[in-house]
Amino acid sequence: MLIKRGGGLKDNDVTPYDVYLNRRAFILGAAAAVLAPRPGEAAPPPAGQALQATPNPAYKLDDPPTPLKDVTSYNNFYEFGVNKEDPARLAGTLKTRPWTVNVEGLCAKPKVFDIDEILRMAPLEERIYSLRCVEAWSMVIPWIGFPLATLLKRVEPTSQARYVEFTTLLDPEQFPGQKKGLFNFASLDWPYTEGLRLDEALHPLTLLTVGLYGQVLPNQNGAPIRVVVPWKYGFKSAKSIVRIRLVDKEPKTAWNTTAPQEYGFYSNVNPTVDHPRWSQATERRIGEFRRRKTLMFNGYQEQVASLYTGMDLRKLY
Amino acid sequence: MSRRSRVLLKVAVWAICLTPLAILLYRAATHDLSANPISFVTNWLGDWTLRLLLASLAMTPLRIVFGLSWPIALRRLLGLFAFTYALLHFNVWLVLDHFFDWHEMGTDIAKRPYVTVGMTALLLMMPLAATSTAAAIRRLGGKNWQRLHRLAYAIGICGVLHYLWLAKKANPAPYYYAAILVLLLAIRVWDWGRRRVSGLRTRTVSSMARATVGSLSGQGRRQEEGRS
Repeated sequence: MLIKRGGGLKDNDVTPYDVYLNRRAFILGAAAAVLAPRPGEAAPPPAGQALQATPNPAYKLDDPPTPLKDVTSYNNFYEFGVNKEDPARLAGTLKTRPWTVNVEGLCAKPKVFDIDEILRMAPLEERIYSLRCVEAWSMVIPWIGFPLATLLKRVEPTSQARYVEFTTLLDPEQFPGQKKGLFNFASLDWPYTEGLRLDEALHPLTLLTVGLYGQVLPNQNGAPIRVVVPWKYGFKSAKSIVRIRLVDKEPKTAWNTTAPQEYGFYSNVNPTVDHPRWSQATERRIGEFRRRKTLMFNGYQEQVASLYTGMDLRKLY
Repeated sequence: MSRRSRVLLKVAVWAICLTPLAILLYRAATHDLSANPISFVTNWLGDWTLRLLLASLAMTPLRIVFGLSWPIALRRLLGLFAFTYALLHFNVWLVLDHFFDWHEMGTDIAKRPYVTVGMTALLLMMPLAATSTAAAIRRLGGKNWQRLHRLAYAIGICGVLHYLWLAKKANPAPYYYAAILVLLLAIRVWDWGRRRVSGLRTRTVSSMARATVGSLSGQGRRQEEGRS
């Protein structure tokens, strides 16, 4: 049997007394060194970190959620590139901290909010919504966030405010898709802007979203903060928002500016109004083989139809 | 070019043309067809149809511009592979995408210009594929065969329009294909104009001589050119 002899400690095994006295600071420093970005490296995206949220039983679906892998690898986010796999591949270039959201325009208390302040503004809920892309595919996604109305009410919109305009971050260094391509080809007029009527923006379904699947929102899904408007085609739900402006006129929106006859300001999911180039009557749910019928307002007719009474949705598509 | 190198060249083209299909099958076997496999496979096959179509249309310009003769030997092979990919592309649409929903597909063909031109391109490819053999050239006669195979230009235009009209405006890729097609057709127009001018000049010098030369060698040369 091997018996270890005691007294094997050398001088440099002993913690110096002053370090011992400051051991808490030492541990904090070590932790900071591990967590802090290394020189020359982008801050690690907090995506993937767990995010606590309470499931809201009022917003769930019978259909099973689309697998996380599909939700985070099949994205339309032209700021990263026009191909579906570009966002997941290039998402690391986006820095989501520090991040502020400038809420301004026709309101009594305009304010620049820090993202972490927004995260603490209201209890986070998990809501399972279906997402219908204008390209006729769909997913079911458990989002995390709280109603956009909560944030908008903080700044007290004035009576002149009738619309809300969302602006996505403009930075070609972080969003390679915003760089000019061959022959100066620009895919869209950057920055990306989207808009809602104020009553749409204040609707309880409109979710200010900071996470999905129990995690902080992955960059390719619009981190650190986006909106989700489940009864409209996906592109209406602006991603990586840096400015929310209350305005009195219908704001210009990115896709509407690019192809007005194809993408209307409202862009409500509507199986009876075709995209000029393809039918919107059916959709392919990701993970399913056969196409399924598209539902009016993406299945949220009961909640939102009253917003559009008296409107000709064929004209105001 | 020796017979040996001609065979090697064709083997290489076979290998290149089958590679996209092999990659696709490998990705299917490893479940690597994205979250929307049907759309992925459709786009993959469509992309390669268009690439091979443009490649087959690039062979004559290669001869015109660089004076190379070997590309002409690859034209038929590339065209037939383009047809193969087009057929696969169509069948994915028919079986996987719409699952024989004839009504919906009929509506699409009638109502969606991009589907209409896509179908047109596929239909136009059929007589060309059917008459791609040496026997068919003999049966039709060089002149007729050549006229028929000028449809390849229409197919190229329909194929590029198909992509231009289906893609979103923000996607630059279809414009690149269109630019290449325009270049390939422009080279032919330029060459045709050049030959016409020199032909006219020759005729004024000696129309008799040209007629004789034409019947002896010009005919044969043009026949070899096929759709140029």
